[in-house]
Amino acid sequence: MTIVSSTPNNQEPKSLQPKGWLKYFSFSLDHKVIGIQYLVCGFLFYLIGGALASAIRIELTSPVSDFMPRDIYNQVLTLHGTIMIFLWIVPVVNGAFGNYLIPFYVGARDMAFPRLNAVAFWLIPPAGLMLISSYFITGAAESGWTAYPPLSITTPAAGQIIWILSVLLLGGSSIFGGINFIATILKLRRPNLKLMQLPMYCWAMLGTSILVVLSTPVLAGTLILLSFDIVAHTGFFNPTLGGNVIVYQHLFWFYSHPAVYIMVLPAFGLVSEVLPVHCRKPLFGYTTMVYSIMAIVVLGLVVWAHHMFTSGTPPWMRLFFTIATSFIAVPTGIKFFNWVATLWGGKISLNSAVLFSCGFIINFVLGGITGVALAQVPFDIHVHDTYFVVAHFHYIVYGGSVFVIFSSIYHWYPKFTGRMLDETLGRIHFVITFIGFNLCFAPQHWLGLNGMPRRVAEYDPQFAFVNQLSSVGALLMAISTLPFLWNVISSAFKGPKAGDNPWEALTPEWLTSSPPPVENWDGEAPLVVEPYGYGKKEDQQHSEVTDQSNDFEKTMQKK
Amino acid sequence: MLGLGLIAGGVWSGQNLNPLPIDASTNAPIYDELFKVLFTIGIILFVGMLGLVVFSLIKFRRRPGDSGDGIALEGNLPLEILWTAVPAVVVLFVGLYSYDIYERMGGMQPLSHGGHNEKSIEVEQKIWGGIGSKETSFTNSSDKTISPLPVEVTAMQFAFLFHYPKGDIISGELHVPSGQPVTMKMISKDVIHAFWVPEFRLKQDVIPGQTTILNFTPTKPGRYPIICAELCGPYHGGMRSTVVVEDPDSYEAWFKQNAKEEETPLQS
Amino acid sequence: MTISSSVEKKSELEQPQPEEHGDHRLFGLIGFLIADGMTFAGFFAAYLTFKAVNPLLPDAIYELELPLPTLNTILLLVSSATFHRAGKALHQKNSKLCQQWLIITAGLGLAFLISQMFEYFTLPFGLTDNLYASTFYALTGFHGLHVTLGTLMILIVWWQARSPGGRITNENRFPLEAAELYWHFVDGIWVILFIILYLL
Ligand code: HEA
Ligand code: HEA
Ligand code: CUA
Ligand SMILES: [Cu+2]
Repeated sequence: MTIVSSTPNNQEPKSLQPKGWLKYFSFSLDHKVIGIQYLVCGFLFYLIGGALASAIRIELTSPVSDFMPRDIYNQVLTLHGTIMIFLWIVPVVNGAFGNYLIPFYVGARDMAFPRLNAVAFWLIPPAGLMLISSYFITGAAESGWTAYPPLSITTPAAGQIIWILSVLLLGGSSIFGGINFIATILKLRRPNLKLMQLPMYCWAMLGTSILVVLSTPVLAGTLILLSFDIVAHTGFFNPTLGGNVIVYQHLFWFYSHPAVYIMVLPAFGLVSEVLPVHCRKPLFGYTTMVYSIMAIVVLGLVVWAHHMFTSGTPPWMRLFFTIATSFIAVPTGIKFFNWVATLWGGKISLNSAVLFSCGFIINFVLGGITGVALAQVPFDIHVHDTYFVVAHFHYIVYGGSVFVIFSSIYHWYPKFTGRMLDETLGRIHFVITFIGFNLCFAPQHWLGLNGMPRRVAEYDPQFAFVNQLSSVGALLMAISTLPFLWNVISSAFKGPKAGDNPWEALTPEWLTSSPPPVENWDGEAPLVVEPYGYGKKEDQQHSEVTDQSNDFEKTMQKK
Repeated sequence: MLGLGLIAGGVWSGQNLNPLPIDASTNAPIYDELFKVLFTIGIILFVGMLGLVVFSLIKFRRRPGDSGDGIALEGNLPLEILWTAVPAVVVLFVGLYSYDIYERMGGMQPLSHGGHNEKSIEVEQKIWGGIGSKETSFTNSSDKTISPLPVEVTAMQFAFLFHYPKGDIISGELHVPSGQPVTMKMISKDVIHAFWVPEFRLKQDVIPGQTTILNFTPTKPGRYPIICAELCGPYHGGMRSTVVVEDPDSYEAWFKQNAKEEETPLQS
Repeated sequence: MTISSSVEKKSELEQPQPEEHGDHRLFGLIGFLIADGMTFAGFFAAYLTFKAVNPLLPDAIYELELPLPTLNTILLLVSSATFHRAGKALHQKNSKLCQQWLIITAGLGLAFLISQMFEYFTLPFGLTDNLYASTFYALTGFHGLHVTLGTLMILIVWWQARSPGGRITNENRFPLEAAELYWHFVDGIWVILFIILYLL
């Protein structure tokens, strides 16, 4: 395979693009630049979303509504939820790592549609800024990230419309990204690279992108209808005009339940990349891992109504969705057991990347178990819309996805920048985050069980102490970002040089220089048929890295 | 050994740690039974996984000076089958069990109008959801002594109003006699609200444009909060009321006192 | 960037080369159409649910007239065929014929839009009259938007095919193929829409 053959199509010579750090502010077509753009942009939004979360936790330190007016509180929590989901988790686990890694993994020099890719990214900053500025200009949306009508129809229209517009833009970005990933994985694969030889992250992204393409458009359609209700006074979801509010909920959750897997499947993929490298062991049960991703994709599409158990759905429907939802635990469980089996018998370096990955496993199992509990209708009837649910999903989105994002940053930072992060700061970061996180969200289970609803600025005095405990946890989480920020910024300038492959990893992105050249490899793209072949050829470790073409023959014969 | 200890510990904590508020309706004890089972399974799974991860991290950590690789284990089919089958069985059990629980709570009952039957003008109206009640549907035919108490609930930003068709009482607080089934018909004037009494373990959205039914039987006298659990605007957090569960006598007294007061303005 | 081509990998060169990116663009378009189809699916689902659970008061029920939408269906189906002809003509390197078929297709699209407009004006209900009215206009309007876009695309392709030197040739078929695929998709959606909205 020659260079020419895998040069991506139709773009202006990349040498014409800005060099150095300036390229990160340009309409770059390089998938690595776009990946970093996604990552940094997402992280900035995370800080804003986190600042809003801090405001929420400050308000909740006292049982009365004193820190901010009640309608502002609703705006803050709406912005917090929307920003964290649509501007932080989704763009980062999909856009950032997907863009950076997928072309390497399939042995391509760029994504299938570089220009579409750049467009998808550049939709995000304006959408995000629009969303945030709505707070200052017109007042943000205040009906929660779910925007249930008729509340979203009767609250001030300007903020809600801006919210709809920016979510539409972000959804569009997500769909473009999804199509691009599917095309890259299926069509741009290097010749002779079989699907079942791809690193697990590719499978995760394939599954995620299928979900994106199938479900996001439904959200778009729904929000268009909702905006008609607001602007043109149609009555789709407006009961006073004969509309039906439950239909909105069905359509919304048809997207938003798959959306939770859009947030977590790529994270599953990333963990599958990080763990084998640092355990020096092959990923356990590759094939079942692939099947379980696909099972999650299929099941994920048919469980949405578990968010609506108290909404007046017919009993048979509740029953069906209970069973379907519970069964998601099976493929998800397979993944977790396989990760534990990957740890088992390894030679684990207890570095920050591994710590965050293992933190993820622990947190997610707890979040998943509460999820399965929530899936049981009779159980959910008591705790629906309480802090129990808040605890459930923060265990998953923060304890799961965000932990994985941190883990991945520790793992791939040397590749991104060519420099190492400081290990000590990384461990400090992990310890404070882990303690703060559990302190913040574990007590919320109790709050929910005992009668504290969510989305309230004021609550019964008997919950004050536990809420303060939770706020202390949030404070710790806020503090924990400091060592991290200091670490990533200072290491970019004076961290020790990493070398091309500091972890001695076998996946293709490590078989090139750090940071990689514009075309990903100076020579031809390596063919990696065993991305997890650790421990297989002890003595050939290094020869495989350097002398790919000889290895190629051997591996082909073995297959 | 370790597994047995784990299971024993899980069962023990399921039986002895109860973070729930007191149970004040007939379906609360049923709920708590489910909770105990879920809690036990959850604890066993969580502590088990936690133990496995922590153990592996310690046992298999890289010793200084060791730069080799781990064993090249790529998978193990029997193991995969085991950890597919076991969760599947657990989940199936949990699902069927919670179905049984739901059935006992009355969730699978067809939603009859219960005590509202006398108002047959509204028979046309569609009922959308909620929780039926075994007691009510049985007593409709046979036992008249515990025929359900009908209440009409109206939710609006930001209050609940309770209307007792019998006696035409309108009240901001819900008064119910303990031991008697209550059947509530709930409507909303504006946005979606939710009627939640943590001590009853019951919640039902109150949906504009659609009537929902909620049946329950209070058991323990006391004052419990009624909480709106669905975001409904700025004062959503303040949308609270109280349900007063009284023994039948004091309920009767309350009813007499108020029924009269309400009737006078109607007659004048 | 050095170009190195090792001899033993020669055989790989015979494999389909990523350079033929027309393939991938069509693949991407299919992905987009699936997404677009899901938007419609959401609308259809909403409409059917409304219909099933929100019965209208008898005086608000209005039987839609069939002749005009039937004509519309025929217009679109025929236009799909004519577009197919245009593609065939291009295959036979008959650019003139291809252009003719294209302009006929565009004309049919335009006719559809006009007839749709006409229907809108003759309908006795407006956008906000009731749930059905709203859903009716949302569905047909969203579809009409697609037809408008499609017609514009056809006109552009036609214009490019006309231009001397021929931007659209048998070698550069992608724009035409993309437009054609999109057009068939829009027609297919219309058939479903026609069945659900007018016949059911
Ligand atoms: C990334 C995000 C994410 C993920 C992955 C999940 C995963 C799951 N979620 Fe969660 N969920 C949310 C994000 C997420 N959720 C959010 C944001 C909300 C609130 C939305 C809102 O209202 O604002 C929510 C709400 C929510 C509800 C509605 C609660 C309510 O509002 O009343 C329910 C109910 O069924 C639920 C269930 C589940 C289940 C069963 C899983 C399963 O996928 C979990 C499966 C995993 C495991 C079970 C752990 C590992 C498995 C094993 C170790 C095997 C053994 C296990 C068993 C045998 C049980 N979730
Ligand atoms: C998807 C991801 C995600 C993430 C990562 C988080 C992270 C956090 N969330 Fe989030 N949360 C949601 C998604 C998420 N949340 C959603 C979807 C809702 C539901 C919204 C709704 O009901 O509609 C919600 C709701 C929600 C509530 C319930 C509000 C209510 O119902 O009334 C609470 C309360 O404690 C909370 C707290 C937190 C905290 C403390 C964090 C912490 O982990 C945050 C930690 C991070 C920081 C603390 C940042 C630190 C940095 C700074 C402070 C510096 C600031 C600097 C600059 C601005 C330059 N969240
Ligand atoms: Cu009413 Cu919240
Ligand atoms: Cu869900």
